[in-house]
Amino acid sequence: MKKPRRATFDWSMIVIVAIVVAAACIVYVRDGADAFLNVLLGDLHLFVDVLPKVLAGCLIGAFVTLLLPREVVTRWVGAESGLSGLLIATFAGLILPGGPLAIYPIGAAFLAAGADVGAVIALLSSWTLIGFNRLLVWEMPFMGSDFVLWRVVGALPFPIILGVLGRIAAKALLPREDAA
Amino acid sequence: MIALLVGVFLWAVVAALALTAAVRGRGLFKLGVTTGLRDLVYLLPRVAVGVIGSGYIAAVLPQSLIAGALGPQSGLLGTALGTLAGAITPGGPVIGFSIALAALKGGAGTPQVIAYMTAWALFAFNRLVTYEIATMPPRVVWLRALVSLPVPFAAAAMAMVMGKP
Repeated sequence: MKKPRRATFDWSMIVIVAIVVAAACIVYVRDGADAFLNVLLGDLHLFVDVLPKVLAGCLIGAFVTLLLPREVVTRWVGAESGLSGLLIATFAGLILPGGPLAIYPIGAAFLAAGADVGAVIALLSSWTLIGFNRLLVWEMPFMGSDFVLWRVVGALPFPIILGVLGRIAAKALLPREDAA
Repeated sequence: MIALLVGVFLWAVVAALALTAAVRGRGLFKLGVTTGLRDLVYLLPRVAVGVIGSGYIAAVLPQSLIAGALGPQSGLLGTALGTLAGAITPGGPVIGFSIALAALKGGAGTPQVIAYMTAWALFAFNRLVTYEIATMPPRVVWLRALVSLPVPFAAAAMAMVMGKP
């Protein structure tokens, strides 16, 4: 999988930096330098604690991308139907790293390879709800491991459930050639 | 203890993957390491700004308003508000996670924040129209969003049943 080049500074980052600078100024002026430092130092150690895990997550993401080409994952799912198709798709979503630019083409490739709508829905739901890499490099530093654990335990069944619901809905709502 | 085990497990996975790459070729190993480090350099400023910045954002948010609208007592209405907010949140992960963390620090309940994050993950409108529609058949995209609609509520209900972290 070739990775599209990312801008060093995207608009999400610009917006967040602007809001944070404004909020930090308000805290400094309204509550004083001590309150300002408390917020800064209070979260700094959380951030430092999680750094090794983020580094591990980045390396795992990079190696998985290199060692597991899109074609291989697509072959796993292929035209698999039934529960096994949903399980394999959920597993693929769980281990595949990368952002939307990496994952949606895999979903499209699933469809091209003959997988059903349910498998694609399971893949995308699994990637976004319980994707290992996203948890490690984004959610854990932000929300802390306790929160992540609780959220993920609650989210575990949904990729499969959504895949099944997607199948049923596709049969009911989509014309034949799409539902197949 | 658990944190230590998770760390050991992660680095064992890194070692196994790195070894596999090294066996396949020196170039592959080096490419993996440099790509991973480049990703880290990309992530660090974003995570730092979001994690530390959400503390400042939470400090200036009107706490009573947040606690009233999205607090642990806000129930179904708070969950619905969180779900709606998740669906309309624009931008990348920095924005979504910063909002979630600021809300949590500012007095929102865990189930409501879970509803927010689940809705944002499954059907953030901005991601659907910019990325998903571009690569997938539109009917599949809308079907996926449609069946996903109840999930934030179910996830919040599960969090309420399990108790909060």
